[in-house]
Order: sequence, then structure tokens, then C-alpha cells
Amino acid sequence: MTTSAASLPAAFRPRQLLNWVGVAPFFLFATLFLLLPTLNIVIGAFRNAQGEATLENLGKLFSPSIGAAFWISMELSFLTAVLGCFFGFLIAAAITLGGLPRALRNGIITFSGVASNFAGVPLAFAFIATLGRLGFVTMLLRNWFGINLYGSGFSIVSFLGLALTYLYFQIPLMVLIITPALEGLRREWREAAESLGASGLQYWRLVALPVLWPSLLGTLALLFANAFGAVATAIALTGSSLSIAPIVLFAQIRGDVLNDPHLGYAIAFGMILLTAIANGIYILLRMRAERWLK
Amino acid sequence: MTGKRFWSLLAVTLGGLYFLLPLAGMVDFSMRMKRGEYSFEAYRIVLADPQFQQTFLYSVVLALLTIVLGILLVVPAAYFVRLRLPGLRPVVEFITLLPLVIPPIVIAFGYIRIYNTSSFLPLTGTRSGTNLLLLFGYATLALPYMYRSVDTGLRTIDIASLTEAAQSLGAGWVRLFAVVILPNVFVSVLSGAFLTFAIVIGEYVFAALLNVNAFGPYMVWMGSNRAYEPSALAVVAFAITWACIGLIQLFTRFSKFSTARR
Repeated sequence: MTTSAASLPAAFRPRQLLNWVGVAPFFLFATLFLLLPTLNIVIGAFRNAQGEATLENLGKLFSPSIGAAFWISMELSFLTAVLGCFFGFLIAAAITLGGLPRALRNGIITFSGVASNFAGVPLAFAFIATLGRLGFVTMLLRNWFGINLYGSGFSIVSFLGLALTYLYFQIPLMVLIITPALEGLRREWREAAESLGASGLQYWRLVALPVLWPSLLGTLALLFANAFGAVATAIALTGSSLSIAPIVLFAQIRGDVLNDPHLGYAIAFGMILLTAIANGIYILLRMRAERWLK
Repeated sequence: MTGKRFWSLLAVTLGGLYFLLPLAGMVDFSMRMKRGEYSFEAYRIVLADPQFQQTFLYSVVLALLTIVLGILLVVPAAYFVRLRLPGLRPVVEFITLLPLVIPPIVIAFGYIRIYNTSSFLPLTGTRSGTNLLLLFGYATLALPYMYRSVDTGLRTIDIASLTEAAQSLGAGWVRLFAVVILPNVFVSVLSGAFLTFAIVIGEYVFAALLNVNAFGPYMVWMGSNRAYEPSALAVVAFAITWACIGLIQLFTRFSKFSTARR
């Protein structure tokens, strides 16, 4: 269709030029407000205050306080990812294979869409109102069952409290991702397994789980990244009393404890690295999962 | 079979309990401001608070602008990639995935470093510059959702024929986008737009780090200074999220009908 201009190099044909003009704003924007800021952080992590290349900043990540913050973050993310996958899987299995009414399935899927987006500050408030010192459930347990939650050492401003809160967006995300995968399990596979004499357990162990495991592991990685990057929920819930990596970085940027901007770069770089690895695993495993579940 | 149903019901019931209790707690707590009776006192105080009105309005306007900017950036890019530059597709898809991979706090940190008062583009130096930077930040956060929804919309229509038809009738590029392409992908754009709205309205990290009095920082401030009002705010935020996701579902169901002929 561009025969008249075919002799010119591709990019200089008027039509091609127009195409590039069409995508130029997008690339300009992405470069200025996504790629450059990120690159700045990554490069800064490998430089000292004089602009010389160094690995010193990254070394500080393993100092006791920063290292501990990363470690707690990873524990929190991993724990909520595993529990989110487990409970999300149970709920997804219940609504797809459990013989429950279709309307219930649709309702739960819609609710999962809402709950997985109901993160951040309001979620923290909801949990404080529920499991805080004067919260709904705290009072309910005390007045009806005589259980003193806070007397037994529980606090919403703790690792456990944060984990309980994170599950509120982790479980629905798992439900949303794994339900289509479960619905992709074909009835024929089960019938074939049963006609060959397999028990229900054997079907799951030898057929269903091998098909599902890339989806399961992939979602686990995604949930890990999801929890690791969550900042607002943690800040609204705990102030800055719990030292997890994003809160430490937030405090660094805010200048509360800032004496070394390059340490901030290094913390940020550490966070990118972890979430990038987790997301990479998710994308790779997802491509694998799509082989079977078409 | 009944055993299976029993366990499924049990799983759904326990899950329901976990998910509904915090909502109940939030509503209950928000109405306890007056001692000994249920009242909407906390809501009344929040809604009458000039700080609330100001920050909420600010965030609503910002969310709407984010949607407009997102559409302007993403629709032409997705269109040209689909029609003329298919080779760029992996690059564009990779870029639009990045905001999901890089934690928002890191992107905000990068902004502060690059666009501070001593940089080549000192956006954080002025009030309007900071507002603009926050808008750009939110548009970045919205890229994954906007791109995916627009691209899905473009897939369901025959953009090559539409383009040729419009151009043979003498339409220019602006007219083509405004009158032909955008209306045809409008429903899918809307789903991305509502998701963007739900994300931007209560966003905290960007606004706090750029020192902007948006709705997110206001909520956190209330959280550390008041007892009952935060729950009322949480109920409001939850209602907005519900409305946005509900509208998305409504529109996608609607669009399934309208594209079923193809």
C-alpha cells in the first residue's frame, strides 16, 4: 500500500512517520515518568555520594536493622501469599466444583473484585474497627464468650494483625485468578481417570494438580509481590512501629531518619529486585499454565 | 455428593465470615460516636469537615484528569501498535506491565529525585508543578489497567476497515479517533477508567511523598487523630470501590451483548 514511497528507508516514509507520531506521546511519557525515575534509583543504588561506582550501599542492606526489615517483609509476604493461595483455592474450589448455586459463584467473584481492590488506608481502618482494642470482634469475644483478645497478647498493630489484614486482599486475588483455571479442568479428564479406576484423591494427585501447579505457583509469586509492595495499609495500620521494608523506605524518603540518600536507593533497588523476580516467576509459570488451560 | 456440598458450604461460610466481619465492624464502629445509641454523627462530622470536602474534591478531579490523560496516551498507542506497528507490541506490553512490578513507592521516590528543585525539570518546586507530577504519577499507575482495557476493546472491532471507511469519507486523524475509534471502544475504556478511579481516589503513598493534601493523606491524618471518623471514611471509600467495580461488571455484561454479533 506504500508502493510510491517504497524506495525510502522505512522510518522516513510519510505514513510510517505518522505511525511513530501516534505512539510517541506514550513512549515519551513512559520514559519520563516510569523508566527514567526507576533507572535513576537503580543507578543511584550503585553509586556513592561522590558519584563513584560502589557496592557499599547494597552491602548496607545486610546491616542488622535494614536486613531485619527486609526479612520481616519477606516473611509477611510469603506467609500471606501461602495462606492467601490456600484459602483462596478452597473458596474457588467450593464455588466451581462444590455444586453450589451459580448465583453464589457470581456473587463471590464480584465481591472478590471489590475486596482485592479494597486495599490501602480504608482497609486498615476496617480492621482497626474490627480487631482493634475496642473493635467489633474484640468486644464481641469479650462480652459473649469471655475471651480477652488483647489480654492474650494479640494486637492488630503486630505481625499477626498485619498478616490478617493483608489476607483481605490476598485471598480474593487468588480466587479471581484460580477460578478460571479450575473451570478449565475438563470434565472428560475426571471421567477418564474414573473409568480407569482412579479414586478422587488419585485424580487430584495425578491429573488435576499437575495441570494446576504452574497456576498455583505462579499465583503464589504474584501474591508475594502484591504483599511486598503494599505500603499504605501497613502505614495506616501500624504508623511506623513495625519495621518492614516499605515502611523503612517511606521513612527514609520522608527524611525522618534520612542521613544517607543512597541507602534509600539501595532499599528501593532491593524491593524492585524482589518484586521483579516474583513477577517474572508469575509470568513464566502463567505462560506454562496456558498450555493446558485453553 | 452431599459430603462435597457440605464442605463447599463450610468453606464459603467461613470465608464469608472472614470477609463480612470487618465490614460489619467498620459500619458498627462508624455509628458508635454517640454513647449508648447508633447514630450517623461521625458521618455528619466528616461530611461537614471543610478539609474532607477539599481533599475529596481534589482527589475526584485528579482521578478524572488521570482517566483523560490515560485515554489520550493509551488509545493512540494501542491503535497504532495494533494496526501499523505490531512489532512494538511486546515493548508496549512490557512497559505497561512495569507499574505492577515496580512498587509505587519506588516510582514516587524516583520522581522526588529527578524532579526536585535542583533538576532539569523542577516540578516539585511549585504547587501546580507538584499537582502535575502527581497527575503523571497516577497516570503511570493506571497504565496497566488502561492499556489492557483499551487493547481488549480494539481487539473486538475491525479497526482497519473502520479507519479506511472513515478516511475515504474524508475524516482526519483527530476526527477518526474522536468520532469512530473512541466511541467503539468506549465500553472497554470505561472499565479501565472505573478501576483507575477506584485506585486514585484513596491513593496514599504518592500524595504523601509529594506533600499533597489529597484524600489519602487526609484519611491517614484522621486515622491517627480521631476515633470514629476513620471508620466512616472507610465506609465511604468502600462504597466508592463497590460502585466502581459494580459499574465495570455492569458495563462488561452490556458489552458482551453488544459485541455478541461478531
